[in-house]
Amino acid sequence: MNAERKLPLEGVRVVDLGVVLAGPYGSMILGGLGAEVIRVESIKYFPAMTRGPMARPPEELIRKIPPISGGYPNRKPGQRPWNRFPWFNATARNKLGMTVDLRQDSGKAIFKKLVALSDVLITNQTPGTLDKLDLGYEALKHINPRLIFLEASSFGARGPYSSYRAMGLQMEAFAGHDLLRHYPHRDVTTNTWAVTADAAGALSIALASILALHARAKTGEGQYIDVSMVENFVGLIGHIVLDYTINGRVQGTLGNRDYYAIQGCYRCKGDDRWIVMTVCSDTEFEKLCELMGRTDLVNDSRFKTAVKRYEHHNELDEIIEKWSSTKERDELVDLLWSSGLMAGPVLDDADAMANVHLRARGFFWKIYQEDTGEHFYPGSPFNFLKAKVGCRLPPVRLGEHNEQIYKHLLGYSEEQYKEFITQGHIGEEFEDSIP
Amino acid sequence: MSVTPLEGMTVLDLTEYVAGPYCTKLLAAFGAEVIKIERPKVGDPMRHIGPFAYDSPNIEGSLAFLDLNVNKKSITLNLNTKTGKSIFYELLKGAHLVVDSHKPGFLEARGLSYDELSYAKPSIVLTTITNFGYTGPYRDIRASEIVLYAMGHEMYGTGKAYDTPLSMAPRLNLYFAGLTAAVGTCAALYGALEDGVGDWLDISIMECFMASIDRRADSLVAYAYCGEKMQRERMEDENQFPPPYTRCADGYVHISLGTRESWRRLAKALGDEFPFSSEETLPPTSEEAQKRFLGFWANWCSQRTKRSIVALLQASGIPCAPVNSVADLVADEHLKERGYFVRLDHRYVGSQLYTGLPIQFEKTPGKLVRGAPCLGEHNSEVYGELGFSDADLNRLVSLGII
Repeated sequence: MNAERKLPLEGVRVVDLGVVLAGPYGSMILGGLGAEVIRVESIKYFPAMTRGPMARPPEELIRKIPPISGGYPNRKPGQRPWNRFPWFNATARNKLGMTVDLRQDSGKAIFKKLVALSDVLITNQTPGTLDKLDLGYEALKHINPRLIFLEASSFGARGPYSSYRAMGLQMEAFAGHDLLRHYPHRDVTTNTWAVTADAAGALSIALASILALHARAKTGEGQYIDVSMVENFVGLIGHIVLDYTINGRVQGTLGNRDYYAIQGCYRCKGDDRWIVMTVCSDTEFEKLCELMGRTDLVNDSRFKTAVKRYEHHNELDEIIEKWSSTKERDELVDLLWSSGLMAGPVLDDADAMANVHLRARGFFWKIYQEDTGEHFYPGSPFNFLKAKVGCRLPPVRLGEHNEQIYKHLLGYSEEQYKEFITQGHIGEEFEDSIP
Repeated sequence: MSVTPLEGMTVLDLTEYVAGPYCTKLLAAFGAEVIKIERPKVGDPMRHIGPFAYDSPNIEGSLAFLDLNVNKKSITLNLNTKTGKSIFYELLKGAHLVVDSHKPGFLEARGLSYDELSYAKPSIVLTTITNFGYTGPYRDIRASEIVLYAMGHEMYGTGKAYDTPLSMAPRLNLYFAGLTAAVGTCAALYGALEDGVGDWLDISIMECFMASIDRRADSLVAYAYCGEKMQRERMEDENQFPPPYTRCADGYVHISLGTRESWRRLAKALGDEFPFSSEETLPPTSEEAQKRFLGFWANWCSQRTKRSIVALLQASGIPCAPVNSVADLVADEHLKERGYFVRLDHRYVGSQLYTGLPIQFEKTPGKLVRGAPCLGEHNSEVYGELGFSDADLNRLVSLGII
């Protein structure tokens, strides 16, 4: 009875003008859910940190950068580095790719033709960037009244900070997260980077697009959407905001601790191996004491109740780590799991990639892309029973589908296509002048 | 009169704790009628977990519960009884979506599996949000947020190499998983509305983290490409110039001064105070020049507030932000002008300020209209619509069904 069904967003066309992380990933989510995503780029313009730190980074440079952005295949930039940048390729599958120079009038005309045929447009450049090109919502809604025009930005498109420039790290700082995630015994300046605001922003970009499709099904009209990634991010700590607005308390960091339970990250035997554990109830604490061979602690007045244990958290941490550091991580986790305790290994990327559970669920997808070869990629968080989510298109290469889009979708002739090549719209390589 | 995006959609909400309720909060914020189905007398376990309003444990006072359940209705229903189950199926007739976050098997054990639900209503969309998903060897393993974070997310690469791997703001990542679930859920609902065919979305919180481009998914791709994993920051990588955080009169600012262009802008913003002459190389590279800058900068910032520094530097186009506390956010003029925080009423905590909508639609805005429901607050309303009389309801109460 559970026959396959089509992907839920099949038939929806999305124009992806996204840069860096949030826009491209938000679009990829829509692509994964069945939308036809057309990534629009230019061979004359290289937005920093989208398809790499530079279009043509020297090998010495990328070897110096941590793998997340320097981890090109085999640490080599290759012939077309922009198609090999791991950070971009993590946000680039299930998309078609075209190039067009939006600064030229002929490029604007091409783009408008595409917009007329599309349902959703996603941009996450500084608000107003498209207006400056005369391609803002006011211009485009006349071409396509059903167009959903989504502008995501750090602070939103209106308000005193709408023109402020901020990257992911600054959104973390602004939105209150920095002060909620540093080591309790070190100050905020020791925070290492995270881009949760971008990741959550990408999800809200996807959510907003789908919600607007729901609305359009009712009203028949497209609309403008303003996504402030900071506001989206503050929403993810709503309970901490309420502690301030109701109780007047400004929460600080808990590090790895919980509000009430005994919780921490504990060293295991071996090189940089760790587990985490949360112990809530008396029963759980008794089980842990049994496993540690320390049943004497159960009746220790310091650890009698949850409140007492929390008061003596440091002492318990020491006892737990003294024990855990003599054990192999995975054996320890098995032991804790067999007693039904809430614990788990801290998985590094190698562990994650080999993880038996994820493998059993088919989470990793083997994908071949011409400029990078065949690799496993993290798959989708959306597992449907009937709709088959998967990789329909590998990480999109610059201008990869120009011919298909210009000729078949937009209906340009061979002659016009050649003309567009001459005008500098079409190509698969960034212009040589771009470093 | 504008419509909301999910107007007309009815959601039977069986979610508890954090991730599931954040998913349905988003649905409720954008117009769906979300009926939260809770266990009689006890309710969502989150109601019993603090911190609490006024620091006083109360079933209506859990701050996370208050935040996660705005705009929803609450009814109580004992799904372990036959009558309870048949009432659920009555509710299902008017529903488009069921969202559940109990452990795998909860629905099956109560005759509410996807097969049974879709047999009763083929267009129904079911979203289950569980720690590890409905299949696979970890399916039944218990987990807390930090366990899921450690296993799913880039905890290993967060923090310092000479200290422990480090977590993030409490509950943040469970909210994040709920946001992820909302995306897939709204998509499935869109598909089902188009062709009348429902589906079951099996969300694994661990996979929400694995697929997150907050470092994990990107670093997995990098690992696949070059065989190197993300590591925590080593001592020798710490002293980057200039440091991103600087202490100022009332806290810290976070500033990106990476490019030559940003230094040119800084020179313009600081005018005569800028400690380099026009002949000197920017960004400063010599040890002497960097030291000179750091000395100047520490002093300059220490005399100013984070807001005034940010206003000045942003006016010159330098990416920067104040390191805000929650109190700063609530007082922030930009968020105020955008009307981000909203005031909602609640029977127990009264009128309070809550975080607002994450998305601003020009024509079909979401609306936050009421605070979280008290346990069973909407029993008479919701059951009344099913045709139950007050006498029927009293009988169900005495039987422990509602």
